[in-house]
Parts: sequence; C-alpha cells; structure tokens
Amino acid sequence: MDFQLSEDQRALRDGFRDLLAGRFDGTALRAAVDSGAPSLDRALWRELGDAGFFALRVPEEEGGVGLGLPEAVLIFEEAGRALLPGPLVATFLAARDVEGAARGAVVVTSVLTTADSGGLVPWLDEADVARGDVSGAVPLRSVDPLTPLHRVPGGGGAATPRQPEADLLIAAEQLGSAGKTCEMAVRYARERTQFGQAIGAFQAVKHLCAQMLVRTEIARAAVYAAAVTGDAPEIAGAKLLADEAAVRGARDCLQVHGGMGFTWEADVHLHLKRAWVRAGLGQSAAEAEEELAAAL
Amino acid sequence: MDLTCTEEEESFRAGLREWLARTLPGLPPRPDPTNWPGRRAYDTGWQRRLYDAGYAGLHWPLDAGGRGATPTQHLIFLEETEKAGAPYVGANFVGLLHAGPTIASEGTPEQRARWLPPVLRGDEVWCQGFSEPDAGSDLASLRTRAWRDGDDYVVSGSKIWTSHAEVADWCELLVRTAPVSEDVPKHRGISWLAMPMDAPGITVRPLRTLAGSTEFAEVFLDEVRVPVANRVGAENDGWRVTMVTLSYERGTAFVGEVVACRRVLADLAREARKNGRWDDAVLRRRLGRLSAEFGALWRLTQWNVSESQRAGTGVPGVGGSVFKLRYSHARQELYEAAGEVLGPGALDLGHEWTLDRLSSLSYTIAAGTSQIQQNIVAERILGLPKGR
Ligand SMILES: Cc1cc2nc3c(=O)[nH]c(=O)nc-3n(C[C@H](O)[C@H](O)[C@H](O)COP(=O)(O)OP(=O)(O)OC[C@H]3O[C@@H](n4cnc5c(N)ncnc54)[C@H](O)[C@@H]3O)c2cc1C
Repeated sequence: MDFQLSEDQRALRDGFRDLLAGRFDGTALRAAVDSGAPSLDRALWRELGDAGFFALRVPEEEGGVGLGLPEAVLIFEEAGRALLPGPLVATFLAARDVEGAARGAVVVTSVLTTADSGGLVPWLDEADVARGDVSGAVPLRSVDPLTPLHRVPGGGGAATPRQPEADLLIAAEQLGSAGKTCEMAVRYARERTQFGQAIGAFQAVKHLCAQMLVRTEIARAAVYAAAVTGDAPEIAGAKLLADEAAVRGARDCLQVHGGMGFTWEADVHLHLKRAWVRAGLGQSAAEAEEELAAAL
Repeated sequence: MDLTCTEEEESFRAGLREWLARTLPGLPPRPDPTNWPGRRAYDTGWQRRLYDAGYAGLHWPLDAGGRGATPTQHLIFLEETEKAGAPYVGANFVGLLHAGPTIASEGTPEQRARWLPPVLRGDEVWCQGFSEPDAGSDLASLRTRAWRDGDDYVVSGSKIWTSHAEVADWCELLVRTAPVSEDVPKHRGISWLAMPMDAPGITVRPLRTLAGSTEFAEVFLDEVRVPVANRVGAENDGWRVTMVTLSYERGTAFVGEVVACRRVLADLAREARKNGRWDDAVLRRRLGRLSAEFGALWRLTQWNVSESQRAGTGVPGVGGSVFKLRYSHARQELYEAAGEVLGPGALDLGHEWTLDRLSSLSYTIAAGTSQIQQNIVAERILGLPKGR
C-alpha cells in the first residue's frame, strides 16, 4: 500500500496548476465574470485539449494520454481551484465517443441530474453537442455568473442513469475549491488586523479555519480513494463529503472576510455559487445518503 | 496512489488471520469491567500470546525488540485483529503505544533494555502521569516538583486522570526540575521520568467515571524517590520528549477503533431493519452519512500511514490532529445514532451501546480536547499566529 501521490502524479498536478495560473489567473477570472453574458473561451478550451486535459483517459493507441481516474481527479481538482468555467466534466467523459471532444475542438454538455429535482444542463447554448434528452429545456437565471443553466422539465433525469464517474469528477472540483477557500481564509486571517492583532490570532477565527482544513482533508482522502477503487458507494460518499467541504468552506471563508466577503469584488462568492451549482449537479446529498444506507 | 497490498503484505495478513482463528477460541472469558486485577491479567495474557507468536511490538524498531514492520503491516495488524474481535490493547495502552515508543526513540541503550522487553512480553504495565489538577490543556504549567538528592530525584505533587494507575508497574511522569522564572519559561524545566508505582510515598485514589467504572485515578506523590537514571532525555528537556509521546498518542492510537466503528454501524443498520426504525428516512440518511464518514476516516488513516511510511520515520505527523478531531466527533455521532436506533432501549445500561455511548463522551477531551486540537491545526499546520 502506498496511498500518496506518485512523482508522476505530482508533476501532472503541478503542470496543470501552472498552466491554469498562466492561462486563467485571477484577472482572467474577473474578466470572465464581468463580461456580462458568460461565453466560453474556445481558444483556452483548445489549449486544454492540446495539453491532454480531455484526452487524459483515452487509451494511448487511440491517441490519448492513457491515464486513469486518479490522474483525472487531480486535474479536476486544479480546475476546481481555479474556478475554470465550462462543461468540463461532460466533455471529458465524451472524449472517446464524440469526435473532436478529446482535442478540445468540440464542446459537449449533458443532462447532469438528480432524480428528484429534475434535469439540469450547464452551458447548453454554448455547447456543440448535448447528451441526454434536452427537449423543452428552459433557461434559468443561474446563481453562478460563470455557469449558465437550463432546466429540463419533467425530470429528464428519469432517462439519465446515475453516472458515478461524473459525480467523482464533480467531487474533485469541489475538493479543489474547498482547498482554495481554506487558503484564502488563512491568508486573509493573517493580513487583516483588528484590536491590534491579526484576526487569525482570535480563536474563533482559528477554529473556523481549522475545521475548513479538516473538511478538506477528509474529502481529499475520500475522493482520492474513490478514484483508486472506482467503487460506486465510495464515490457517493466522496461526492457527499466534497460537496459539504466546498459549500461550508466557502461560507466560512466568507465569514472570515467580514463585510469584504459579502462584496461582488471578493472572489469568495464565486466559489460559493459554483459549489452550490456543483452540489446540484449529479448525485444529491439525499441520494448519496440513501445509497450508502442501502449498502450497509 | 495505490491501495492494494503487496504480496508480502498479503502473506503477512494471511498468516495473521490463520493465527487469530487458531488462538482466539482458546482465550479465557472477558473479566468484568470493575475487576481490575482480572482486567490486567486478561490484557497482559493477550500481550504474552502476541509476543510468543512474534506479533508484539510489530512497528517498533528491531533494536528496540520490535519486529521492524512497516507502518502498512502495522495497519494490517490493527485491522485484522479488530475484525477478528481480538482483545484491545487495554492496560497495555500506555506501554505499547505511548511510553514504549518514547523510550525506544529517546532512551539510552540501558533504558531500552530495561523497560522495553517487559512491555512487549506483557510483564509490566505502564500508566501516564501527565495531567494535574491545575494543568490539563495547559500541560506545561504542571507543578509536581522533583529535587535532586544524590542519585535520586525526590518527587512531590499530584497527578489526576491517570488511566490504569491501579494496576500499573510504571508511570511515565512529567515533573518540574527547574522552577519557572524570568529565564526559564514554563516549557523548559520539565523532565520525563519513569517512576516505579510501588515506590514509597505514592497513593492512588481511583476516580469513578460517568460510566460507573473506575477507569482513572488521582495519584498523590509525597517525597517519592526516583533514580536519576530513570530520566528519559536530558534534564529540563522533557517537553520535547513529551511532544514525541503525544504525536504517538494522537497518530496511531485510534486506528483499530475506526474498523470497530464501521462494524458497529453495520450492526446498527441490522438492528434498525429488524425493529422497524429503518422506515424513518431521517435515521436512514443519518446512518448513510456515517458510512461515508467512517469510510473516509479509514482512507485518511491509510493516507497518513502511507505518508509516515514514505517519510521513513514512522512518527505520525500533525496530520494526527486532523484525524483525531474528526474521528472523536464522528464516534460521538455514531453513538447518538445508536441511541436513536435503540429507542427506549437506549436508556438501558444493560445494552453495550449505552455504555459505549457514555464512554464516547471522553473522546473529545482525552489526549487533548477538540479545542486544543483545533488550535494545533490552525497554528502548526495553517500557520496562524499564536494568540490568547
Ligand atoms: C477518559 C480519560 C482518560 C485520561 N487519561 C489520562 C492519563 O492516563 N494520563 C493523563 O495524564 N491524563 C489523562 N487524561 C486527561 C486529559 O488529557 C485531560 O482531561 C485533557 O487534557 C483536558 O484537561 P482538563 O481536564 O484539565 O480540562 P481543561 O484544560 O480545564 O479544559 C476545560 C475546557 O476548557 C477548554 N480549554 C482549555 N484551554 C483552552 C484553550 N487554550 N483554548 C480553548 N479552549 C480551552 C477545553 O477545551 C475544555 O473544553 C484523561 C482524560 C480522560 C477524559
């Protein structure tokens, strides 16, 4: 047993972190947010394709990178950290059956749904291909400025079976976001002073930050292990814990930022809103808990 | 990231399973929790069997009398013994998981030769004399004094919450060997001593816990003579030695229990299906969430073990505090759920889950409270400033 990142896995993760830092940094994020109507950066999408993002799991003999779920989880974690927009999960999962998806030339979306709440489709208007039944889709005014959403009436989900791999990749993005908001909170807590000291010296703030880390690390263990085993109930648990780590992490990060955290200008709300959207895509907490209970 | 076991690890597991299957049926019946001599005999008898079979001190280094097993093998050992329903470390806890590893890493060759083999054989039992009435979370403010008198220290003061004190042969004792002054902050001036529990001047007064039994005691020390040769580490350097001890306590002590909690959870589901409580979706979902929780805690354990294996030290890092925080909370949630499953039966002390629910309450207090663990995570891992 060696449940740690290998050298290659570290290098892969660092490589994508660098790529995203260079190509989609904080300034680019804000520009995308403030552009009014969200649109996909096709050039960036192709660059991701060139870097092997979408073809990561496509076998080498089919021209792909030939890596596995654990590696996929690492790059989706980075995407989550950077709040990279777009239907990344659907395009990634379509890499083998939709021509052009692996290269980043074709953008694919799909109905990612929870059985009870009906179907949700992200980025429907921008995508070249939509998988699943999207007939009668109506646009929502999405809470997340960087994820346009459509709703499929009548629970298009009934026709779309649960996709554990999609759930796992969404969980990996949530993990990245949870780690990032923990870092943001800690950085702010060290810089901001009140009562003549850094607010991070106040225990109430310290304990918020400590719990953010605990939730992140427990989600990390769950997500990485689920990627190694590919076991469906384990993936359900990973999604459950990662959703919680991301949503609660963003909320606590907001609290640590005080009034600044409630502004449009701070990035905190972008993490919170995306975390809500991801929690609403794929398996819900209720479904995950029921699935895990049934397996007991 | 690899969760599979090597061939060597699997054959270790197979051999252990086979030995457990052969050995466990021959064990004597478990003693009553109030019968301390009986508990000691039972726990040390089990340790002796482990020793004879070559499983004692698995993860201790070879030159400390251990087997030099990898952290993964130790994990397999804890997993398999728990799954097979083998006895717990019990009264051997401090010796095996705490004082022993500390002596192994900080003691002189003579000290290791004197104290480690009897722990491994189950001949001697240790207790931990750290906490005092006025020094709990703020352990460094401890006041039990030790004066040098020839080749001895003369120790006076009192300790509290000392688990297994009634039946221990030795006590890992923290004493103040230099008074706090402007030049000596409270963390300096502490020394780590091995005190024989039969020395004149020691009075042990058992304390009853809320579960009814006497799991710990007050220990009064009145001019107890402890040879200077029994000091582990340098004089006044006991705080550093203590940090080594505490990292063991937080890092590895709860591993087997996670396995046990997963078994209890499965039992809860079985009981709920039988008594009809399963139809309650709120309860069902609660059990489902606990399943995710303990599954992840087990994975986090494997993560931490792999990390220490890679570091090659075997010493658990501060990651132990992250684990302990989440685990102690999850254990309490588990037994709250057990109360829900049992319904009126939860008020019956005759049910083992009721007793376990009571004892789970100590988990967020013992070995550093959850508040203190959060301070540790915030200051030592996240780098937030120390503060009042
Ligand atoms: C079952 C059990 C077995 C034990 N066995 C042993 C043993 O064998 N040997 C031994 O030496 N000790 C043992 N202990 C003692 C244990 O380590 C202490 O109880 C623990 O460290 C807390 O100290 P205290 O009880 O004095 O509580 P206090 O330190 O008085 O704490 C009281 C409350 O104040 C909070 N608090 C204190 N300081 C801070 C702070 N800086 N920031 C925020 N909150 C704070 C605590 O979190 C707690 O909620 C045992 C305890 C239990 C429950």
